Amino acid sequence: MVTKDILSAPTTHGAVGPRDSRGYRVFTRVNLTLLVLISLMMLYPFVTIVAQSLSDPAAIRAGMVSFWPVGFNTDTYSAVAQNSMFWTNYRNTVVYTVVGTTIAMILTTTFAYVIAKPHLRGRGLLVGIAVFTMFFNGGLIPNYVLISSLGMTNTMWAIVLPGAINVFNLLIMKSFFENQPQELEEAAAIDGLGWFGIFGRIVLPLSKAVIATMILFYSVFFWNDWFAAFLYLDRQELFPVTLYIRNLIAGASSATSEGAALSGMSTELLSANIREVTIILTIIPILCVYPFVQRYFVSGIMLGSVKG
Amino acid sequence: MSVIPARGGGEKVGVVPSSAVAPASPPGAGPGQQIAVRRRSAKVPWRTALRRDWPLYAMALLPVVFLLIFRYVPMLGNVIAFRRFRPGGSIFGDEWVGLRYIDMFIADPTFWQVFWNTAILGGLSLVIVFPLPIVLALMLNEVRKRAFKRTIQSITYLPHFLSIVIVAGMVMQLLSLEGTVNQIIGAFGGEPIAFLQRAEWFRTIYVTSEIWQTVGWGTILYLAALTTIDQQLYEAAVIDGANRWRQTWHVTLPGIRPMMVTLLILNVGTFLNVGFEKVLLLYNPLTYATADVISTYLYRVGLVANNFSYAAAIGLFQAIIGLVMVLGANLVARRLVGTSLW
Repeated sequence: MVTKDILSAPTTHGAVGPRDSRGYRVFTRVNLTLLVLISLMMLYPFVTIVAQSLSDPAAIRAGMVSFWPVGFNTDTYSAVAQNSMFWTNYRNTVVYTVVGTTIAMILTTTFAYVIAKPHLRGRGLLVGIAVFTMFFNGGLIPNYVLISSLGMTNTMWAIVLPGAINVFNLLIMKSFFENQPQELEEAAAIDGLGWFGIFGRIVLPLSKAVIATMILFYSVFFWNDWFAAFLYLDRQELFPVTLYIRNLIAGASSATSEGAALSGMSTELLSANIREVTIILTIIPILCVYPFVQRYFVSGIMLGSVKG
Repeated sequence: MSVIPARGGGEKVGVVPSSAVAPASPPGAGPGQQIAVRRRSAKVPWRTALRRDWPLYAMALLPVVFLLIFRYVPMLGNVIAFRRFRPGGSIFGDEWVGLRYIDMFIADPTFWQVFWNTAILGGLSLVIVFPLPIVLALMLNEVRKRAFKRTIQSITYLPHFLSIVIVAGMVMQLLSLEGTVNQIIGAFGGEPIAFLQRAEWFRTIYVTSEIWQTVGWGTILYLAALTTIDQQLYEAAVIDGANRWRQTWHVTLPGIRPMMVTLLILNVGTFLNVGFEKVLLLYNPLTYATADVISTYLYRVGLVANNFSYAAAIGLFQAIIGLVMVLGANLVARRLVGTSLW
């Protein structure tokens, strides 16, 4: 029913060969070494950004900082922590994530449940309406025109509404519901429960795992999104923190002080390591939650890809 | 999932739409029409269906309205590619102008430059970025220590969860004049290079950062497919005298071929949507020669210079090519290897 979690699944042909050849032992050693090297390379950008955020600006400008802080200090952290716009934007990100995820979950869960009912007349049409949007969609300009004409510019709704149904997530939930045993629902129907009762009191409580996974998928999407805000928001007090960072980056790269002006700080301070500090503060929640929720992401992906 | 089609480009590896892979038509049979939950295969008249299942249709109402407004209205909104559009006027434009905007971009040399830039970046992604998760998945598959395997997986998945803004920030930091890459160049006595200001470096930077961000997460579906391969095939191969390498070649790779083909088709469909957001964050006028892609060009034409209709014409062209390519790839895959999305 629920697919195997690959994190705990055994290696497929790990124990097949009765004895390993010399060549295979060499291969194994090379393979492990390569994997360790790859992992270190994947981690390096994180390490160097932490090191920079904790270093003396002078040492950074001299190109002395790589994977260990030079001239350890936390001045930039204090500076960013005192910036009220940063925290306003940070709070916006939390609000957008919570509201966006809630709306998305309501729409996705109800729709997935309906299109998972094999007996439903018109089910193929409903699935088709959703799936077609994966292969053809309106495009940047018509979307922009629509959101503007709906008067959503400079409101939260431009951020939280358009992403509400992700078809991939919808199909994951659909295949989960399809693989649920129907007997319980049938028994509930015989006991006189209507569709709403079955959905609310039988199906939802049994689907906690897939619901948790979907909440995670949508939360990460809304937490990381910056482009909708970039398109539709002009007022800085509405920005999510990702847009705050993008303005810092744009300011630094085009050598203007746009980023400094936007963050209300001096250009001098900006040029050192404020970008790194802001990045660290933004990814900390993800890094803290990641080890605990990662397996849900993985099993969610598997749920959608392998028919149980 | 997006407001913008191009945003999907960043998420090359998604979930395979299982309904598309195997259209489910369960052969349920049950005469009990009074018990609504029973599966049925025979079609019931609409009136009966509505009377019996109206709560289900009611539940679907809000999502369907959402899809119609936020997905299908913009699709129809593409009609402004053939109509004059006035900001503040009708979202479907004011009057027909025929193929004016289509002719305009066909005659626009910048369009063809960004078209080829897009094709080259998309091609590089397909040739270099697409196969790497397969290689990494095969390498992980040979690891027997479970804790080690799990650690490597956790580390390599991590970049997938970062905002593209943060990835761009990291790229800029690593490639800055004081950054790690220039420190290494300096250690070998070279002159520092301003990578992000040099057009000839953009494609390398784009592909490398794409690999960093997607290779780990991309292994998930392949690892899933690997667990479904029948163990007896390996045992049979061993009896036939196949060594590890030949087992991989003759059992493992054919075993994950359907997954490879499916993902390849999906990737081909998003070919022209190459990482719009990443390019937008990393490019600048100095690197337009190689970095400017269709999506960023139409963004500047449409939303910076306010030529909505012209930009919509380019966007429509891009979307139609995407649709044609996914259909074409699907057809080719079905003919050649017998695997297809539908």
